[in-house]
Amino acid sequence: MKDLQRLVEPDRVHKSVYTDPAIFDAEMEKIWERIWVYCGHESQVKHPGDYHAVQIGRQPMVMVRQGDGRINVLYNRCPHRGVQLVGNQSGNTGSAFVCSYHAWSFHLDGAVRAIPLAKGYEGTRLTRDNPDCQMKRAARVDSYRGFVFASLAADGPTLQEFLGEAKVAFDDMCDRSPVGEVEVVPVCHRVIQHSNWKFFMENQLDALHPSVTHQSTGISAARVERRLKESGQNPPLYYHMLSAFASSFDQWNAVQTINYPRGHGILKAYMGLRPQDPDTLEHETQLKQAYGEQKAEEYLSRSIHHVLVYPYLSVQSPLQQLRCMRPIAPDKTLSEIWHFRLKGAPEAIYRRSLWYFNLVNSPSTMINADDLENWTKGQWGLKSDGGDWVSFHREHGRDLEEGGVVYSQKGTSEAVMRSQFRAWREYMQA
Amino acid sequence: MSHDEAIPSAGPDFEHLLTQEVVIDGSANTTLTTGAQSVEPDHSPRAPQHGAVTAPGQLPAPALAVAPELRAEVEQLLYRQAELLDGKHWQAFIDLFTPDGVYWMPVNPAQTSWEAEPSIFAEDTLLMEVRKNRVTHPNAWSQAPLWETNHLVSHVAIESIGGNEIKVRSRFHLMELRRDNVRHFGGRYQHWLVRGDDGVLRIRLQRVDLFNSQAPYDYVLQIWV
Repeated sequence: MKDLQRLVEPDRVHKSVYTDPAIFDAEMEKIWERIWVYCGHESQVKHPGDYHAVQIGRQPMVMVRQGDGRINVLYNRCPHRGVQLVGNQSGNTGSAFVCSYHAWSFHLDGAVRAIPLAKGYEGTRLTRDNPDCQMKRAARVDSYRGFVFASLAADGPTLQEFLGEAKVAFDDMCDRSPVGEVEVVPVCHRVIQHSNWKFFMENQLDALHPSVTHQSTGISAARVERRLKESGQNPPLYYHMLSAFASSFDQWNAVQTINYPRGHGILKAYMGLRPQDPDTLEHETQLKQAYGEQKAEEYLSRSIHHVLVYPYLSVQSPLQQLRCMRPIAPDKTLSEIWHFRLKGAPEAIYRRSLWYFNLVNSPSTMINADDLENWTKGQWGLKSDGGDWVSFHREHGRDLEEGGVVYSQKGTSEAVMRSQFRAWREYMQA
Repeated sequence: MSHDEAIPSAGPDFEHLLTQEVVIDGSANTTLTTGAQSVEPDHSPRAPQHGAVTAPGQLPAPALAVAPELRAEVEQLLYRQAELLDGKHWQAFIDLFTPDGVYWMPVNPAQTSWEAEPSIFAEDTLLMEVRKNRVTHPNAWSQAPLWETNHLVSHVAIESIGGNEIKVRSRFHLMELRRDNVRHFGGRYQHWLVRGDDGVLRIRLQRVDLFNSQAPYDYVLQIWV
């Protein structure tokens, strides 16, 4: 794109990268429809024929388990007349996809299976090996620790190269299971954001906003938490999870962000998940038996609040939750919110993380209620002529960079946004 | 064209297509073998489409015939709760619950535990207090713009009376105005009511099953439905 140099500067970006439909279309083409995009967890499609419909960029796809156990990602589209082959978000399609329009049917790898009145094609150009006779496949499908990704581009970095250091999101989640695996909880909350996808990605590692945006919830939770303590009761951990949102600016400055190439990043902050209750101790014992004292300690003491897989995934690995952005328009983004169980871990560990999922990530969230409002109002403001630039100046020039990795020296540094836009520009210029 | 290259014809699952042929062309000889009728492979059995599945389990319990006074008391409690929500009387709403009362909105009707599976709301009275304090805090940013709701409650059926507990179900329709948009939520309430020593009926558990619980949410639910 010819104007990119003018739109993205090291310490500020032009508002149009959030609002311009032409830039949005270019993002779909140059980023989403080339990179590795998360499709789902393999436990979502356990049995042959199980499918889950998923959007990659502008493309309606379907992830499906084959008879031989492999997972395919296909365009959810009949090659005959274009009709979508699965109409539900998820389900089981047996051993074939069958089109509702003219009964063309396809094997689970997308190869044509049968067409009614097939004699009508004799002598025509439509033969069995014609690509127009098959469901088109994603160019590449791969998985990492059970998390399935697809790329619509035949070439480019491998999945592991793409994930880079951000693969700790999945390691941190799975390593907390004594068998090294997680299983999806079959509930997907979907919430529409009336804002560009970048608002969400920037917000996730923005350590300055919580004590401003979320003070009403943090303070309200702290009041009940304090009262419980004063009356001699032990407040459940989720009060702390909520009240921590209203921590002081100084406290937020003490956490750090690590910003990797390709826009990935980590907000480092220990989430206080090692209380000395019997369930936690049992879980720790399980991990020590499975991995040995040293490895278990390494896994349990990772300091992670969020991991971002740029440009669409936010993983809270210590609490086994994941949010995936599916951009719909410059000012409209669908978020898909999932929760996972640690295989083999005590039920109490799941239930503890469930409180956070319900209070912070459900559709009745007391946290994102205020985030969504910020992003909506932000999108409106950026559409206006009241200014042209978005400022990312805070702590600019004072971050530490080593080997392409940017370390914030203060948690509230806007290194996060600067790093994301550096990756964005590389993708868009490619 | 060799046999291998030929497009396989759909099999006997599609005999209904033949029936259509008869309608289209009455003169056709329906005993002729066509591709749809004769050629393997057939189509394997598949799970019924989600929307087509008949709901499992039993029919809704028929309403008990109860004394008109009790029926009126229960109905008035449900209507009172709706009025308190629409009037933003949050503490009075919380006070309708017993001290160990729970407000629960599961994700799907098959769920049975408010603590073991993801929910939309899963709140005891202390968490209700957090929510009340949040929306009344001066810096609850999402409260500007203010919003209004209108609840309708109907189809009240007392299902059972056992010991101290009354189980009642009803349907509701919620309209919510926020900025320039109206959203609709609807579904089923189930209330488990108990009578306290003071003679007052209170809510031990309210279960709210939205009919649109897994549809995408345009914004979130800030307060109880």
